[in-house]
Amino acid sequence: MVTTDLAAPKAAAPQTRRRTHRAERLLAVAFLAPTVIGMALFVLLPIVASLLLAFFRWDIITSPEFVGFDNFVDIGADPTVRVAFINTILFVVIAVTLQLAVALGLAVLLETKMPRLLASFFRSAFFFPLILSAASVSLVASYLFNQDFGLVNVILGWVGLPNVPWLTSSAGAVTVVIAVYVWQNFGFSFLLFVGGLANVPREVYEAASMDGASGWHRFTRVTLPMISPTILVASVMAIISALQIFDQPYVLTRGGPGDSTRTAVMVIFQSAFRELEFGKASAIGIVLTLIIIGATYAQFRLSRRFVFYQ
Amino acid sequence: MTVDVRLPAAAPRSATSPLVRLRGLGRPVVLAAAAFLTLGPVVWTAWVALAPSGEGFGLSAFRDVFAQVDMVLLVWNSVLVTGLIAVGQMVTAAMAGYVFARIEFRGRELLFAVVLGTMMVPLQVTIVPVFMLIRGMGLADTLMALILPAIPTAFGTFLMRQFFLGLPGDLADAASIDGASPFRTFASVYAPLALPGMAIVGVLAFNYHWNEFFRPLILTVSEENFTLPLGLVSLQGNLGTGSMSTVLAGVVLSMLPALAVFVFGQRSLREGLTAGINK
Repeated sequence: MVTTDLAAPKAAAPQTRRRTHRAERLLAVAFLAPTVIGMALFVLLPIVASLLLAFFRWDIITSPEFVGFDNFVDIGADPTVRVAFINTILFVVIAVTLQLAVALGLAVLLETKMPRLLASFFRSAFFFPLILSAASVSLVASYLFNQDFGLVNVILGWVGLPNVPWLTSSAGAVTVVIAVYVWQNFGFSFLLFVGGLANVPREVYEAASMDGASGWHRFTRVTLPMISPTILVASVMAIISALQIFDQPYVLTRGGPGDSTRTAVMVIFQSAFRELEFGKASAIGIVLTLIIIGATYAQFRLSRRFVFYQ
Repeated sequence: MTVDVRLPAAAPRSATSPLVRLRGLGRPVVLAAAAFLTLGPVVWTAWVALAPSGEGFGLSAFRDVFAQVDMVLLVWNSVLVTGLIAVGQMVTAAMAGYVFARIEFRGRELLFAVVLGTMMVPLQVTIVPVFMLIRGMGLADTLMALILPAIPTAFGTFLMRQFFLGLPGDLADAASIDGASPFRTFASVYAPLALPGMAIVGVLAFNYHWNEFFRPLILTVSEENFTLPLGLVSLQGNLGTGSMSTVLAGVVLSMLPALAVFVFGQRSLREGLTAGINK
């Protein structure tokens, strides 16, 4: 459009202009087709199918049977599903708090004057776990936290502490899953905070120290409000991805011991691909999505009171 | 949500305290400790893989992992799946992003909003119908089952649209005055300039799909279609806890390509991961 308008006075006669226009439309259709058709087929259609499926009982072999809200009633009554959702929410609260606190603390510390090479070494180190696969990291952790020969218990032994059944006790397993998850993911929040801190104008700090603000005061009264928009984004993204945790508990504990590390996505996987209850799995998926949407919405509502935009 | 934030090193103390100097020293120490905790497990993994207990340094664990599983096949599957997804995403995202940035048509904003909206839907909600669709297409338990659904990319399209919006528009005017067709304008003027943006899309796709576990676990059944993470997890299951160094040798091998991306594409990865957030 823009091209034809600008080119019109000299170069293009009306005919060529129309031809260019048609060629442009053809290009638009051809170029959009793979993405748009792909999304319709692999995202939009499955969303609709999932919404419908939640109201049916289907094991893929026999024909689907309409059961109304039975699947939702079922999952409300199923103790395993209930425990899995409670686990997931507790996990999100603890893991996301830790992840953001560690990330922000390290990002602030990195603001200290230091040689550039050292700063970039730290930045790379904290970023590194992001490039690994959660499955591999969990494999490594399953050896590190092995009760009998794992390095963690060996080190605890050196300082005279007792042997901890990390993966075979509920509290231990939950701790390891949280630790492994935070270890791998704090780097992402860290990156966001480093970017956010870089955007805080120096003069604000200078004015604050001239008013006699000490380190801690400066952090709570200046830094936090100034980067509150970044905190919002980082916490929204961290919560959305933590609600979908699967790889770590699957590899480390398969949800055990008992149901202590079973998560929402694990019961979706279990219902669909182990018990062949596809309707129930869809219903759990919808509940999880509603929780994700609800949590995100709540954060943006709350943020109106706490987030300060420059 | 209010976020509970504590700063580890700096406690509120009076400025005259003798601890002030120590606190200044504390900051690098905390950073170094955090870096040690981050990199330590990785170094330990490589150490155990290279020096299985009591044998000194050597490649025996690597020989073992090749003997225990078909590593060559696992690596090949991962390369094929990840490579085709990355190339597919780079090409389709560049094409769609170009149209959203440069060609006006009715309903463009709405269509773009729908594409972006698909990012909000978690994978777990769509995976059951995708699994059935794949079965219906006769692709169950094939590598194509992993590749095909992963090619359309909302985030990549968004990234490429931003990238094309950042390029000067008068290049297209100049090209069209010279009589170039819209396709020529794209292929010989814009596409070459968009290569850095496509690199970001490719690096992100590589990082994500090289490491992914959930989809391969569901969409593949036979070991001959496993990708590396899945193959390693099942290797650990088969071997029990006894042959740690063998499994960790496999983990080290699976890290190498990611390491290469880290060394050569860290900037692209960082830019991609934080795209549209900090600007």
